[in-house]
Amino acid sequence: MRADHAYDHDESVPHTHPEPGVDPHPPLPRLDRAVRIGIGGPVGSGKTALVAALCRALAGELRLAVVTNDIYTTEDADFLKRAGVLDPSRIRAVETGCCPHTAIRDDISANLDAVEELEDTLGPLDLVLVESGGDNLTATFSKGLVDQQIFVVDVAGGDKVPRKGGPGVTTADLLVINKTDLAPLVGADLAVMDRDARARRGTLPTVFQSIAKDPHASQVADWVRHLVAHRRGDAEAHGHDHADELGRGPATAGMR
Amino acid sequence: MHRTAYLLLADGRFPSGGHAHSSGLEAAVVAGRVTDLAGLEQFLHGRLSYAAPVTAAFTAATHLSATRMGRAPSFAESDVKVPFLSLDRELEARTVSPALRLASRRQGRALLRAGRLTWPSELYGHLPKHPDGPHQPLALGMTAAAAGLSTEEAAQLAVYGVLTGPASAAVRLLGLDPYQVQNLLARMAGACDEIAAAAAAVAHKSPQELPAHAAPLADISAELHATWEVRLFAS
Amino acid sequence: MRALARIVAEADGRGGTRLARLRGEPPLQLRHTPDGSAAATVHLIGSAAGPLGGDDLRIEIEVGEGAVLCVRSVAASIALPGRDGSPSRTTVTATVAAGGELRWLPEQLVAAAGCRHLASSTVELAAGARLLWREELICGRHAEQPGDATVSTSVDYDGAALLRQSLTVGPGTPGWDGPAVLGGARATGSLLTVDAAAPPAPPAVLGATAVRMPLTGAATLVSATAPDAHVLRGYLSTGERSPYGG
Repeated sequence: MRADHAYDHDESVPHTHPEPGVDPHPPLPRLDRAVRIGIGGPVGSGKTALVAALCRALAGELRLAVVTNDIYTTEDADFLKRAGVLDPSRIRAVETGCCPHTAIRDDISANLDAVEELEDTLGPLDLVLVESGGDNLTATFSKGLVDQQIFVVDVAGGDKVPRKGGPGVTTADLLVINKTDLAPLVGADLAVMDRDARARRGTLPTVFQSIAKDPHASQVADWVRHLVAHRRGDAEAHGHDHADELGRGPATAGMR
Repeated sequence: MHRTAYLLLADGRFPSGGHAHSSGLEAAVVAGRVTDLAGLEQFLHGRLSYAAPVTAAFTAATHLSATRMGRAPSFAESDVKVPFLSLDRELEARTVSPALRLASRRQGRALLRAGRLTWPSELYGHLPKHPDGPHQPLALGMTAAAAGLSTEEAAQLAVYGVLTGPASAAVRLLGLDPYQVQNLLARMAGACDEIAAAAAAVAHKSPQELPAHAAPLADISAELHATWEVRLFAS
Repeated sequence: MRALARIVAEADGRGGTRLARLRGEPPLQLRHTPDGSAAATVHLIGSAAGPLGGDDLRIEIEVGEGAVLCVRSVAASIALPGRDGSPSRTTVTATVAAGGELRWLPEQLVAAAGCRHLASSTVELAAGARLLWREELICGRHAEQPGDATVSTSVDYDGAALLRQSLTVGPGTPGWDGPAVLGGARATGSLLTVDAAAPPAPPAVLGATAVRMPLTGAATLVSATAPDAHVLRGYLSTGERSPYGG
């Protein structure tokens, strides 16, 4: 553990797993377009906070834009702008007709249109984050819409969530267990969540984080950086995969 | 194969973005004009009498032009685009609400995306280019032609879509009993068939002569809806 | 009854407009009502009630280069059923040359119980022509169900379609007064403004059931529904007044 890290660490927070060196996914296809990452998860698990944290961490180094399927008010836009996180012109809201699942999985046309409109108006992008509407554990993104997906659950939702599984927890490219700072308050056992997530996800990575303590979501930001570098074909990104990156990057400073 | 193509294109699960459009029902619900099954029935009768004849006639006319073009591929490029340009302009002149023009073009763009990938064809390239996409009836007529359907089937698909979009939105927005809503749609089936047959019968006419039915509240509530800060449906 | 009225307006060469032709026949009587402006104003003076079923009334209008013609009526027209149930028809055709302007601002059309009426207008505007066109339809006289009426408007600008609208009300059309069409309103109408020199007005909400909409082209349409003719006129006001009111 690096003592010089910017945020405090709780020794009880499990480390990111699986062990470095194994990535079960084939590399992203080299396409001449932005990396698209879906961010899904139940209502209140912290999807929007994660989007804001990623924007905070990456807006200065990547050309990025956000498509949100959540109910998005001008107050939300103002909040992100005031926080210096992202200019409203880089955010598109998509109406889902009360079907948040459908819009990201079965009929992705409105989201594809939103991504294309952003690319048309802003020019080439490195990264598009697609935030799903708040949903339950069964929501997943179509591969026609995103390259990789992050599923966000929080400890306040109960430590049995990883055990319940569901496509989000089981198959997401990255599982984020959020609000670890609340674990003692809600009586959630992070070790149980860690064990269940491993059981459900096999070799797929999981991150435990607290945006309250780490406002830049450092581990997730590094995972994203790696994907973007990989898409660009950066030589540096070759030779190790994202699990490797997660295992070695500065973000792991917070891990045991 | 032919019949299955018809069912695929009619299916609400066909990924052409329709689920996000309520065709004015969300605005009518929020304004308190539709609160129950009886209100939905009145709403759908209005859509069937006013929106469906126009949508279906432009769908059928596009289909007919596309099919004729498919049979005579030697047409000069400039000749073949004329009917579609004219259909586009005439439909634009019938769609007085800018919010509805945008909703129609966005749905057309989504349908075109799905159509091109489902039934690849050179026909799609003849649709007039517009940054927001082709009008939905033009995209539907073209997709139906690429899928090998008849003009009558294209018109029927258009009428069916006019009704099932808001009916499905009503189930979601008002929590209506889905069996009762299906029963309502089934009771309207005869009227739907008549409107579709009438639309197919005028498909050969010049675009200027096609129906131009206007429903004032459709335009007015679409404009109001577009000003809302938070919408669950795109239109 | 069949009747034809004809109005031809021309620039008088002194900045005003003269009426080169002004011809009507019963029940379509016309009167030139000079108001001191550069425009020529003509009032339609209909009979007390009508059109009646079986009537076929035509109005032809030509506005020449640089001329400004305003057409009004002294009272609402009331479409009534005829004895044999045949439909009534009013047909207006108008052409406006470059630099010319037509203001079509008649009083309301009332679709009385049992009527079968078709009001159909075709306007051809040359490039640079201006137009103000108001249609107001009242569904029935006081507390009465209307008959069937259609108001159909077709406007071309410089040879291309600008507006095609056909509004049908009455018991012959399922859903006509329902939540997708009029929502129980008894009055509905629109005001079209075409002026290539004026910047297009952005969309605006003018009231709970009234909006202003830019068309594709140099035109703006105000569309409204209202509980009565008075409220409707408030939405569709042009800021001008007729000497007969309205």
